[in-house]
Amino acid sequence: MEAGSNFVPAIPQLRIPADAPPYLAGARCADCGQVYLARPVACPKCFSRREMAEVALAERGKLYSYTIIHRSFPGVKVPFVMAVVDLDDGATLRGTLADIVPDPAAIRFDMPVRLTFRDSGQLDAAGQPYLSYIFVPDEEAA
Amino acid sequence: MTDVYLVGIDMIRFGRFPEKTVPQLAAEAALMALDDAGLTIADMQALYCGNLYEANAMVGQRMLRMIGMTGIPVTNVANACATGATAFREAWTAIRAGVHDVVLAVGAEQMGKGMLSGGGAPAAFNPEGAIGSTSPPSMFALVGLEHQRLYGTTFEQFAKVSVKNHHHSTMNPKAMYQVETPLEQVMGAEMIAYPNTKLMCSVNVDGSAAAVLASEAAAKRLGLMDRAIKVRASVMTSDPFDPRDLAATDFNMVTRLAADRAYEAAGLGPDDIDLIELHDCFATAELVHYENLGLCAPGESGRMIDAGETTLGGRIPVNMSGGLLSKGHPLGATGIANIYEIATHLRGQAGARQVEGARIGLTHVCGGAQDMGSCCAIHILEKV
Repeated sequence: MEAGSNFVPAIPQLRIPADAPPYLAGARCADCGQVYLARPVACPKCFSRREMAEVALAERGKLYSYTIIHRSFPGVKVPFVMAVVDLDDGATLRGTLADIVPDPAAIRFDMPVRLTFRDSGQLDAAGQPYLSYIFVPDEEAA
Repeated sequence: MTDVYLVGIDMIRFGRFPEKTVPQLAAEAALMALDDAGLTIADMQALYCGNLYEANAMVGQRMLRMIGMTGIPVTNVANACATGATAFREAWTAIRAGVHDVVLAVGAEQMGKGMLSGGGAPAAFNPEGAIGSTSPPSMFALVGLEHQRLYGTTFEQFAKVSVKNHHHSTMNPKAMYQVETPLEQVMGAEMIAYPNTKLMCSVNVDGSAAAVLASEAAAKRLGLMDRAIKVRASVMTSDPFDPRDLAATDFNMVTRLAADRAYEAAGLGPDDIDLIELHDCFATAELVHYENLGLCAPGESGRMIDAGETTLGGRIPVNMSGGLLSKGHPLGATGIANIYEIATHLRGQAGARQVEGARIGLTHVCGGAQDMGSCCAIHILEKV
């Protein structure tokens, strides 16, 4: 992410601090510890109503399942790899897996991936760029 | 509680009818089902009407304006791909509870061509492509590759599902398509979301189906027991908690939960079932559901399709109608159309595709969307 840019978050949970890297703000159940991207009203796993603390989602995880999208809705650039990633904190996140050849031969179940943040190429009504999250292969862990 | 019987059922041939309205399509199937039972709209004590894309537009009441305004209660239901089955189950529930004893259930849908959108309001930011995909083919591609991850299931094995179901549809005059699709053609078709090619995606069509349900006492009173089919189980589930379900909607656990409850309610097991209509919205879905419905052990579905066990003449024929892949998938109608197919076999009226000696059949529908949830409905039917 470029310093000084006026990025706006692509999804409500994406935080862009002025003096720190962006992150995804989730919620952790105070009783069972399950981590959620979208904050529930009560815990859908254990039904606890205790206030959930905000936590930054883990930035590392493993590829659980994927597909290669060759046809999408009109105007969407294809092909791209869609990944379901089990994060190290127990949450699972869906997203695009970039920096990889969109071919089954290049993709491996359980490969380590990293959560990062990039310009989505889309602008909001005020002309500001949307910052989105994206997965990339985790070279350090590989 | 009374047993519930299916005493009339029919469906229109699925196709594309842009010149008709959804209530017109519903009316056609409703009259056919009433004729099948030898009853009229005046005999119906309630209507349960399933439709998804006009869920806010009183399809049931509009249908009654076309076939008979009798003042009965109308309940319009929407529940993703289980919409039709949900209407059928609400009718079953009303009879089971003793509120009514002769009830009509209808499912109808008019679909555009092309890819279905996931629903919800359009946002300023379009996540498609940037944050994976929410397209239906992508959801069931994930399901297929999860199965590959667990058991090594191949693209070719998934493709064989489509070959089989298209083959079955050549014997079903009510299917949208009646053409053979050899394996090379299926695998060589345009790739939509790996490993599902275009021929491994269900067909978006218009369609309708309807059923008349009655209590045991009403079926006897009306002299309909000779053609009655007993509903041995009617079960519906929603997705149980799992962290992965929140990122990629689950269709496996929700089906296993429904299957367990349905077999328990019927006092039957998978070995007692003679044929099955299951939710092959994509070819990948059919194989995972063999295991979810207990037709084979986990990891065995690839071998099952290789061995032809689910083809006509095999151990447990699946999707004799041609399935959603070839018969077509008008969302609100599908759940009742599947029941029509099973009923037709149980009555021995399925012609060239008849499963010989069929006595007990099972229907399964399962739908949902990313970031929303899933639903599954299973019915077990028996010719008494």
